[in-house]
Amino acid sequence: MQVGLLGRKVGMTQIYQEDGTSVPVTVLECGPCTVLLVRTEDRDGYHAVQLGFDDKKRKNATQAERGHARKVNAEPKRYVREVRQSGPTDVTEGQTLTVELFKEIKHVDVTGTSKGRGFTGVIKRHGFRGLRATHGVKRMHRHPGSSGPSADPSRTLKGVRKPGHHGHARSTVRNLQVVKIDAANNLLLLRGAVPGPPGGYLTIRQTNKV
Amino acid sequence: MQNRLLSVVEESSMKPSVPKFDIGDTVDVHVRILEGDKERIQIYNGVVIARSGSGTREMFVVRRIVQGEGVERKFPIHSPRIADIVVKRSGKVRRAKLYYLRERSGKSVRLKERFTTSVAATEAKAAAKAERKAAKAATKKAKAEATAAAKAE
Repeated sequence: MQVGLLGRKVGMTQIYQEDGTSVPVTVLECGPCTVLLVRTEDRDGYHAVQLGFDDKKRKNATQAERGHARKVNAEPKRYVREVRQSGPTDVTEGQTLTVELFKEIKHVDVTGTSKGRGFTGVIKRHGFRGLRATHGVKRMHRHPGSSGPSADPSRTLKGVRKPGHHGHARSTVRNLQVVKIDAANNLLLLRGAVPGPPGGYLTIRQTNKV
Repeated sequence: MQNRLLSVVEESSMKPSVPKFDIGDTVDVHVRILEGDKERIQIYNGVVIARSGSGTREMFVVRRIVQGEGVERKFPIHSPRIADIVVKRSGKVRRAKLYYLRERSGKSVRLKERFTTSVAATEAKAAAKAERKAAKAATKKAKAEATAAAKAE
């Protein structure tokens, strides 16, 4: 099975290893997740496991969500995602998966929604360097400069990087090392940062990076 | 709730108890040093001039004068490499950060010693105070009862 779970970012801190080195870690509240649906090649054309994390009040769920959860005797979930599988799995609908799944896993990929930054300029959004601080530059220090040639083609080419909305987009960080698992508190500790604010929902998968 | 989980993680890598020391104290910091397979302890002696951070990130700065040159080392309190912190002498200071010591040299670096009563002594004092208070309350109660009895008669 391609190991995957849903969770929530708790925050970052640092912990010490026995030899005294400190490790910057992100704490994730990972699971328990309910298997809402198992997708199979025959029926759906692909193999996947649909997971749900974090209960939602029934009155706030739609009829569709309630019905979907009722099929496996579960509460409606706030965060529902599929984890793609390469073949049939031994997971059954209604089963509860916990962070113990990651026991044998060394590295994971984490997908979430990055922090929204609103409308930003090109320096923050695309890493442009701006214009000079001196030598006659007039109030254009953080400008993008030229956005293309002049008379030919007489237009700005498509795809030229410009200011605009930045962040609040799906983002994946790959190959994060699993530092520790705390099964009692459903915690997963990863080395490094993950997308989104504390409290943001995340999908954690066994890494596909070799 | 989020913070509760974070503190669970932090507590697991914090030392259960940290030796008590204050700003201005002259301390011996016992630092574990690995040389190949052998581990030995090196002692770094100096004045604590700052303490910062919280949780696992708490740090403290120890300043000493080596061959006429000021040397400062910043240690993480909860690092397993810090074996012990022993207070040798307490200094009388009125600041949380003693960065002003950096501008000083020679005799003016010295801090006046602060003599603190030992923990046992303060406890004994507190106990004595509690006893006195209890005695006072008892006499007061007896007196009140006596007056009440007199009134009843």
